Amino acid sequence: MVDIQAGRLSAAELAENFADVHRPFDHGGAVVEANRCYFCYDAPCINACPTGIDVPGFIRAIATGNVSGAAMTILKENIFGGSCARVCPTEILCQGDCVRNGPGDRAVEIGLLQRHATDHLDADGPHPFDRVPDSGKSVAVVGAGPAGLTCAHALARNGHKVTIFEGRPKPGGLNEYGIAAYKLPDDFAQREVAFITAIGGIDIQNSKALGRDITLDQLRLDYDAVFLGLGQAGVRDLGVPGSDLEGVDSAVDYIAELRQADDLGALAVGANIVVIGGGNTAVDIAVQSKRLGANDVTLVYRRGPEQMGATQHEQDFAQTNGVRIKHWLRPLQLEGDGNVKAAVFAGVHLEGGALVDTGEEQSIPCDMVFKAVGQAFVPLAGEGPAVSGGRITVDDVGQTSLPDVWAGGDCVAGEDLTVQAVQDGKLAAGAIHRCLVGS
Amino acid sequence: MADLRSDIAGIKSPNPFWLASAPPTDKAYNVERAFKAGWGGVVWKTLGEDPPIVNTTSRYGAVSLNGQRIAGFNNIELITDRPLDVNLREIKQIKRDWPDRAVLVSLMVPCEEAPWRKILAAVEDTGADGVELNFGCPHGMSERGMGSAVGQVPEYVEMVTRWCKAMTRMPVFVKLTPNVTNILAPARAAKLGGADAVSLINTINSIVAVDLDNMAPMPTVDGKGSHGGYCGPAVKPIALHLVAEIAKDPECAGMAISGIGGIETWRDAAEFISLGADNVQVCTGAMHYGFKIVDDMIDGLNNWMDGKGHNNAADFHRAAVPNLVAWQDLNINHELVARIDQDKCIKCGLCHIACEDTAHQAISVSGNGSNRRFETIDAECVGCNLCAHVCPVEDCITMEAVDNGKPYLNWAQDPRNPNAAAAE
Ligand SMILES: Cc1cc2nc3c(=O)[nH]c(=O)nc-3n(C[C@H](O)[C@H](O)[C@H](O)COP(=O)(O)OP(=O)(O)OC[C@H]3O[C@@H](n4cnc5c(N)ncnc54)[C@H](O)[C@@H]3O)c2cc1C
Ligand SMILES: Cc1cc2nc3c(=O)[nH]c(=O)nc-3n(C[C@H](O)[C@H](O)[C@H](O)COP(=O)(O)O)c2cc1C
Ligand code: SF4
Repeated sequence: MVDIQAGRLSAAELAENFADVHRPFDHGGAVVEANRCYFCYDAPCINACPTGIDVPGFIRAIATGNVSGAAMTILKENIFGGSCARVCPTEILCQGDCVRNGPGDRAVEIGLLQRHATDHLDADGPHPFDRVPDSGKSVAVVGAGPAGLTCAHALARNGHKVTIFEGRPKPGGLNEYGIAAYKLPDDFAQREVAFITAIGGIDIQNSKALGRDITLDQLRLDYDAVFLGLGQAGVRDLGVPGSDLEGVDSAVDYIAELRQADDLGALAVGANIVVIGGGNTAVDIAVQSKRLGANDVTLVYRRGPEQMGATQHEQDFAQTNGVRIKHWLRPLQLEGDGNVKAAVFAGVHLEGGALVDTGEEQSIPCDMVFKAVGQAFVPLAGEGPAVSGGRITVDDVGQTSLPDVWAGGDCVAGEDLTVQAVQDGKLAAGAIHRCLVGS
Repeated sequence: MADLRSDIAGIKSPNPFWLASAPPTDKAYNVERAFKAGWGGVVWKTLGEDPPIVNTTSRYGAVSLNGQRIAGFNNIELITDRPLDVNLREIKQIKRDWPDRAVLVSLMVPCEEAPWRKILAAVEDTGADGVELNFGCPHGMSERGMGSAVGQVPEYVEMVTRWCKAMTRMPVFVKLTPNVTNILAPARAAKLGGADAVSLINTINSIVAVDLDNMAPMPTVDGKGSHGGYCGPAVKPIALHLVAEIAKDPECAGMAISGIGGIETWRDAAEFISLGADNVQVCTGAMHYGFKIVDDMIDGLNNWMDGKGHNNAADFHRAAVPNLVAWQDLNINHELVARIDQDKCIKCGLCHIACEDTAHQAISVSGNGSNRRFETIDAECVGCNLCAHVCPVEDCITMEAVDNGKPYLNWAQDPRNPNAAAAE
């Protein structure tokens, strides 16, 4: 029996399920944790942070009570320090390299300390960075995600005028539409965008898509330089029969809907859910559907736990949220009439590096299936920059095959992480600035 | 942005953070790195007569407290172990390369005029900004009649200071030893001798620990130990008191103070300056964490000053000195009671047991388990604030002033004082 309905949980239960997953430190707690930091020389955490934040430096400032100084140390390298503190998989970044990892000890809580410091900055106070006088140059940024906004902020600081063209109705990119709701609750994404653009000199034009409302050729004529922070607009398909049945949805689309819902109680969710995929998106949709009130959520991945894109921490998080994870199953087909009723998988194992069917089959009854087998960059039609391996080709500071066009974030090769998008945007802004001022 | 530029006894530096005479200032290589990191000045590691002294291994001992490494630090090192001409050459080079930074040279030679005249002339030739007379080291050199052996005899302090003032045009700082009963005796002697400034404190006589397996005091050199000089965060309260004593003393007025002892953060520095220090010197903090700690010292002091509306250090220099009074001038009628915020209380019971066992039985306990409730018995509470110190929750126990309607009354006026001058 198909059972998809809204309002499985009370408003109070939903509020609790989608509140902040991490309890922030109070001042005393932050000082105690900060004092756990050894203030390593040439600290490995600094290298492990894609944006190179001076981690021991800001932690020491927290320990001494210089919290606004700590916030500036962070924001200087990473203007998205606030959201990165909440969304970074720190277990594979800074905290993963903390020297205190090891038997009988644990890493310093760098992410939570970063949050403590950035939360301390008075959001209503003056913007903490200054703009140099107008340079007379203008830059078009396409995409108001972390990559585009970081690039825009750094260019604005250097006195350039920036216009951001964003295809969606709101800025923020996946911070607004993609990140799990309990990682960035409330309107954090919009508050952060407002904080970043408060530097001045940045004009965001929402609902203006490149390829639909504007062309790259025109931008190249109208502006001194262009930065593409397009993310990955496409979703990979399962490629099995039954993918077009009712109840089969893409994880990112459903999450976007969830992130925009004013009333989570009005969002329909199945009783029995199958999620296909093994990355963080798969974990996010599995946990969020469980927290919406689904009875039974099974995450199915075609390889083993070690090969999953989701970190160990994320896999544990899924399991403590009641998500069942099944490995070594390859989707064969989705069955149903009208609405999906079961997902059928073939058992597989590894033979000389290749996945080979074991001959077993498993059918999991369900009324919703979420596809989370990866996003894909959608290349620009016409005279776009060169693309390789499905992403825009760039050099180490983000320059594309076109002399006046740079790119960064998820639309170029590299880790698909917020913090990496920030670093890409920062490096490209530096390169664009050098190019514009001719040094 | 506040103005952190500093001027002590006419010596200017871009900020008030100097490195004290010690290993961090032992040679050009370190000092170069320190200046690159942003330190405002250095006092070069103490120079003496050739041939240079020889050091032992090991040299350092430390106290760690609840996992915090180097809460206190101790050493049995002597003065520089490098030849005099090498040091002088490097000082000259450094001063030439870093004209905006302060470079003082610490000196220790025997208590006779000739060696002082000779070394002062040699230092003057380097272009250094001033000298600091090391009358402070409590170990090794004192047994040879130098260091604290001089600092403990006010007549010697005055005599050597006067010689030096006559022998050189450079400002003369006198570094004091805390190993005396009354710091004012050597401080006044320095003033009489004409010192431009006193620097304090040097290290405190100490044995940091005993290796119980080998029954050897630490640090241990081939099974034996020797008393050494104690410094680091643990000595800050002692140093603050001694600095303040001199700052308050009318006979020492006009002599600058370079504050030293346990300074590791901007807050420590602000406290020393508010109690009368004109600048500060750091040793252990740098030896523990490297020169980079000066970043947060500068940034944190700046942010704090901005927040308070101070434009420069003069705005709060000595600001706490008038509030340091003798015990008998405190208001004996001032009354406080402890207030426990029941919403913040985590029911650990530490306040209760501390008061019950060791103070005034003024915190009652009722209920049990997680329903326990701790309350102040106002009539018993003497306002000592022990409970507020032991409570692990920030701002859970606060001390509230009681409006008892009584006027200011000090002990000299109090009728309970058998010697009260009150009667009239
Ligand atoms: C479900 C999900 C969960 C995630 N969770 C995490 C996490 O917990 N931690 C983490 O570090 N990373 C996470 N990520 C990855 C992270 O969100 C991205 O790496 C990051 O947002 C990339 O930033 P970006 O600026 O490159 O792209 P995006 O954030 O995707 O922003 C691109 C922007 O460009 C706009 N755009 C696209 N095409 C056009 C066009 N033609 N014209 C105009 N505008 C256009 C888009 O609307 C969007 O606003 C997650 C990703 C997903 C999908
Ligand atoms: C290893 C070591 C060596 C020192 N050598 C000297 C010295 O040569 N001359 C001197 O005047 N003081 C010397 N000192 C004392 C320091 O300059 C300083 O006065 C003292 O350590 C207190 O400051 P602190 O708490 O910041 O360390 C030495 C201290 C240490 C730890
Ligand atoms: S600190 Fe340097 S010199 Fe001292 S014992 Fe260690 S390695 Fe040797």
